[in-house]
Amino acid sequence: MLNYLWGFMIIIGGIYGAFTGNVQAVADGAIECAKDAITLCITMLGVMSLWTGLMEIAEKSGLIMTCTKKIRPVMHWMFPDVPCEHESMKHMTTNVIANILGLGWAATPAGLRAMESLAELNSGSKKASDTMCAFLVINVSSLQLIPVNIIAYRSMYGSSNPTSIVAPAILATTISTLVAVIFCRIMYLSGRKLSGGKGDSV
Amino acid sequence: MNVVVAVSGYIIPAVMLFIVIHGMIKKVNVYDEFVTGAKDGMKTVVSIAPTLVGLMMAVGVLRASGFLDMISGFIGKFTGKIGLPSPVIPLLIVRMFSSSAATGLTLDLFKEYGTDSLIGLIASIASSATETIFFTISVYSVAAKITKTRWTLSGALISTLAGIVSSVILAMLMI
Repeated sequence: MLNYLWGFMIIIGGIYGAFTGNVQAVADGAIECAKDAITLCITMLGVMSLWTGLMEIAEKSGLIMTCTKKIRPVMHWMFPDVPCEHESMKHMTTNVIANILGLGWAATPAGLRAMESLAELNSGSKKASDTMCAFLVINVSSLQLIPVNIIAYRSMYGSSNPTSIVAPAILATTISTLVAVIFCRIMYLSGRKLSGGKGDSV
Repeated sequence: MNVVVAVSGYIIPAVMLFIVIHGMIKKVNVYDEFVTGAKDGMKTVVSIAPTLVGLMMAVGVLRASGFLDMISGFIGKFTGKIGLPSPVIPLLIVRMFSSSAATGLTLDLFKEYGTDSLIGLIASIASSATETIFFTISVYSVAAKITKTRWTLSGALISTLAGIVSSVILAMLMI
């Protein structure tokens, strides 16, 4: 799927650019963005190491385990295929909490590790498991409660009330997450029905 | 409301402090563990770097070719009729691909239409209620070594659409 998406992005961009006389801009854009990607990686190296370092402390001190146990009922309801004691549960919990608090940099490494350990449960299949799909959908449904950056930009650009959007933003985020949860629920149940009981993948 | 924002400014330092203090109480070798964890973080970044280059390049090509603007203009014609101002369409589309590009567009909208206009409010709320879905899904899929994402994309699109629709309605109610 991603191969097609990526391929078509390049093809459409190239052809459309040629038709509209933007060929040079397309070439420059490609090179510029490739450079930006590495600049971003250098920033990420610092910030992400900081968070994975702190997370390692939290892991060793048992803090993450405590949090995982606290929200286990919710996580178990959302991801019923994952055994409670499995490692991926811990990473998914860390990811969700970090996302809600708005610590995007701390959320990414935990999310990646969650996906890696879910791959073990999926016995290395190329096809995403139900849990992977559900985790991804909920992850990208925007969990962050307080949009700190947007508030900063709003006050930078002279808003008379930069924080006026906080309540609506929380409401809109909640709605998109609810829709994501309901969607995952429907997909879980319909998958179970089609394959007669247990799904074909964990 | 200002209290909420003031508190959220303290989240990062509070989390850091809490983790370190909790670690020391539990007699963890905090510095050693930090370094071990940081090493893993570096490895993670290095391993996703090629994905980032590929994705950002593809988005760069689409944007530079003018294709995204064309699509936005096209969609804008329809959405204008139902009350969604067309200048926010490019933002809503780009937001799904790249958060830095979306920030640039948001700031442009703030500059041109003001932060508290309908357009400014939609941009503010929708940016908060949506995510870079294509970007995250690609990077995470690579980590799990999966190529078939099944219902991930449709789910992400539906929840993004729900976020956008509720953002627009809420912004209209605020005006």
